[in-house]
Amino acid sequence: MTTIDLEEQFMKRVAADEKVEPKDWMPEKYRKTLIRQIAQHAHSEVVGMLPEANYISRAPSLRRKAALLAKIQDEGGHGLYLYCAAETLGVERDTLIEELHSGKAKYSSIFNYPTLSWADMGAIGWLVDGAAILNQVPLCKCSYGPYARAMVRVCKEESFHQRQGYEILLTLCNGSADQKQMAQDSLNRWWWPSLMMFGPSDADSTNSEYSMKTKIKRFSNDELRQKFVDATKPQADILGLTIPDPDLKFNEQTRHWEYGEIDWEEFHNVVQGNGVCNKIRLRERNEAWDNGKWVREAATAYAEKREQRKNESKQVA
Amino acid sequence: MNSKKNYILHLADNGLILAQRLGEWCGHGPVLEQDIALTNIALDVLGQARYFYQYAAEVDGQGKEEDFYAYFRDEREFKNFLLIEQPNGDWAHTIMRQFFYDNFMQLVYTSLLSSSDKQIAAIASKAIKEVNYHLKFSSEWVIRMGDGTDESHKRIQDAANNLWEYTGEFFVPTTYETEMASKGIAPNIASLKNDWHTRGNEIFSEATLQVPQATWFQSGGKTGTHTEYLGIMLTDLQYLQRAYPGNSW
Amino acid sequence: MSNTKNWPLWEVFIRSKNGLNHKHVGSLHASDSEMALENARDVYTRRQEGISIWVVESKNISASDPKINDEMFDPAADKVYRHPTFYNLPDELKHM
Ligand SMILES: [Fe+2]
Ligand SMILES: [Fe+2]
Repeated sequence: MTTIDLEEQFMKRVAADEKVEPKDWMPEKYRKTLIRQIAQHAHSEVVGMLPEANYISRAPSLRRKAALLAKIQDEGGHGLYLYCAAETLGVERDTLIEELHSGKAKYSSIFNYPTLSWADMGAIGWLVDGAAILNQVPLCKCSYGPYARAMVRVCKEESFHQRQGYEILLTLCNGSADQKQMAQDSLNRWWWPSLMMFGPSDADSTNSEYSMKTKIKRFSNDELRQKFVDATKPQADILGLTIPDPDLKFNEQTRHWEYGEIDWEEFHNVVQGNGVCNKIRLRERNEAWDNGKWVREAATAYAEKREQRKNESKQVA
Repeated sequence: MNSKKNYILHLADNGLILAQRLGEWCGHGPVLEQDIALTNIALDVLGQARYFYQYAAEVDGQGKEEDFYAYFRDEREFKNFLLIEQPNGDWAHTIMRQFFYDNFMQLVYTSLLSSSDKQIAAIASKAIKEVNYHLKFSSEWVIRMGDGTDESHKRIQDAANNLWEYTGEFFVPTTYETEMASKGIAPNIASLKNDWHTRGNEIFSEATLQVPQATWFQSGGKTGTHTEYLGIMLTDLQYLQRAYPGNSW
Repeated sequence: MSNTKNWPLWEVFIRSKNGLNHKHVGSLHASDSEMALENARDVYTRRQEGISIWVVESKNISASDPKINDEMFDPAADKVYRHPTFYNLPDELKHM
C-alpha cells in the first residue's frame, strides 16, 4: 500500500471513531502532533506542581496540608502517566524533559503566575483544575488509545482537586473580612489567566484544525472557554465573589455568559517566556533535575552491579 | 497526666516536623516516581501526627483540636527529635535521616502495639504498617547509594557522618518517657538501642558504608531545646494561623 | 559506564481484588524490579486500586504486529460454530 492509501485508510478509521494503538501505522504528522501535545500536557502537570508546592509548608490546617500534598502529588502522577503515553510514540521521557528544561518545549502559561496567598490554593483548584478538567474530559475519547487511557485515569483523580480548591474558597468567603478579601483578590488575579488556559481563540489557533480532524481534540478552544465561563459564573455567585470582568453578561438568546476581551498580548508574552515566573519555574525544574542526576546514576549503577553479581553467582553454580 | 500528654505530643511532633521537611521535596524530587514515593511517606507521617494530636487534645481535656497543638505552641514546646528538623540537604541526607528515624520508629511502634494505653496501641497498629514500608524504602536507598557510584557512596557516607550525632537522643529517656515506660504505656527506649544498632549495621555493611564512630551526641529535642532550624520551620508552618488568629480555614 | 541512561521502562499490571485478572494499568521508570514494584505501589495504588502487582520490563514484551492482523485474527471470524448461538434448539428448551 502506498502512504497515500494508508493515510486515507487511517483517516477513515479515525473518522469512524476507531482507536489508534502504538504499533498501528499512523501519519508522521499525527505522531508529531500527539507527541507535542502530550508532552506539553505532561510538562504542564509537572511544572504545575510548583506554584502550589509554594504553600505546602504554610497550609493553615493539618487537614488542608494533607489534601494539598495529595493533590500536588496527583499532578506529578498525571505528568508521569502522560510521559508514558508519549513514550509509546517512540520518544524517551528524558528527551522530553530535557526539551522542557532547555525552554524548547512549552507548558501551560497559567503556571507562570505567582501564588501570593493561601486563597490562591483555592483559586487554582477551582479555576485552573476546573479549566483543566474541561480540557481533559473530551480527551478521554481521544483517538490515540494510550493518551485516552491516561486521561481516564487523570480525570478520575482530578475530581477531588476542584472540590478541594472550591472548599478552600468557600471557607474563606464564609470567614472574616480579611479572608473574604483574600479570596476576591485571588479571583481577580486568576480569572483572566484561567480563560487563557484554553489557548488562542479559534481564529488564531494554528494546530487546531488537524487535531480536530484526527480526533485528538474534540472541541475548539472557544467552545471549551465558553463552557468554562458558563459553569464558573454561578459557582462564583455561590461564593459571593465578583468575577473581574465588567463586560460579563448573560445573553438570553444564546443562554451563554458573554465575557469581555482577553488580553492576548499578555497571553503571548507569557507563552514566550515573559511571565513573572517563567524563569523561576524553569530554573527550579532544572535544579531539581540536575541535583537528581547523581541519584539516578547511583540507582542505575547499583542495578547493574546487582545484575552482574547475579550472573556471576549463576556461573559459579 | 502531663507526662502522657507530653509523650503523645512528642510522637505527634516527630510526624509533623518530618512531614514538613519531606513536603519541601514535593515537586523537586530526582525523578517523578521518587517524588511521588516521598510524598506518600510525608502523608503517612502527617497522618500519624494528626492521630496523635487528636489524642493529645483528648488527654489534655482543654477542648482544643489538633491544629491548636500544631499551630499555637512555640519552639520550646515542640518535642520532636533534633534529627527530624535537620534540613533536607541532598537526597542522601534526606534518605539517611529517614533511615535513622524509620529504623528507630519501627522498634517503637512495634512495642507500642502492646501499649497499656488502648488508643496509642490502636494508632501504632496503623502506623506500624506504614513504617515497615518506609524502613524498606529508606534501607534500599541507603544500599543503592552506598553501593552505587563513587559519588553516591561519598554523599551517603557524608550524610551518615553528619546526622549521626542527632541519633543519640533516641535512647536517652526524658522524665515523661520514663514515667510512661513505668506504666507500660511506652517502651523502655534504652532497650531498643541494641536492635537499632544491629539492624543499622546490617544495612550499612550491605551498603559498604562505615558506621560512624563518634560518641558525642546532641540532645534536647525531646524536651524543647532545638537546633536553630526548628524556629524557622515553625514560622513558616504557623504563619497563617498566627497572622489571622481566630479564623477557620 | 552507561550512567546517563534513562531508567528502564516497566509495564504495570494490577489485580484490583482476588478473583479478578491482573490488568495493565500503565507504565513507569525504575532502575530495577524491586524499585519498579515499589514505584508501582506508590504511583498506581494510592487509592486502593490493587492488592497485587506485577511489573515486567517493557523490552521483554513481545507484541503482535498490527500489519498482519488480517492473518492473525480474521481467520477466527467465520468459525461461527464455536458460539452457542450457532445451534438451533427448540424454544421449549430453556436454559441450555
Ligand atoms: Fe492534573
Ligand atoms: Fe489537578
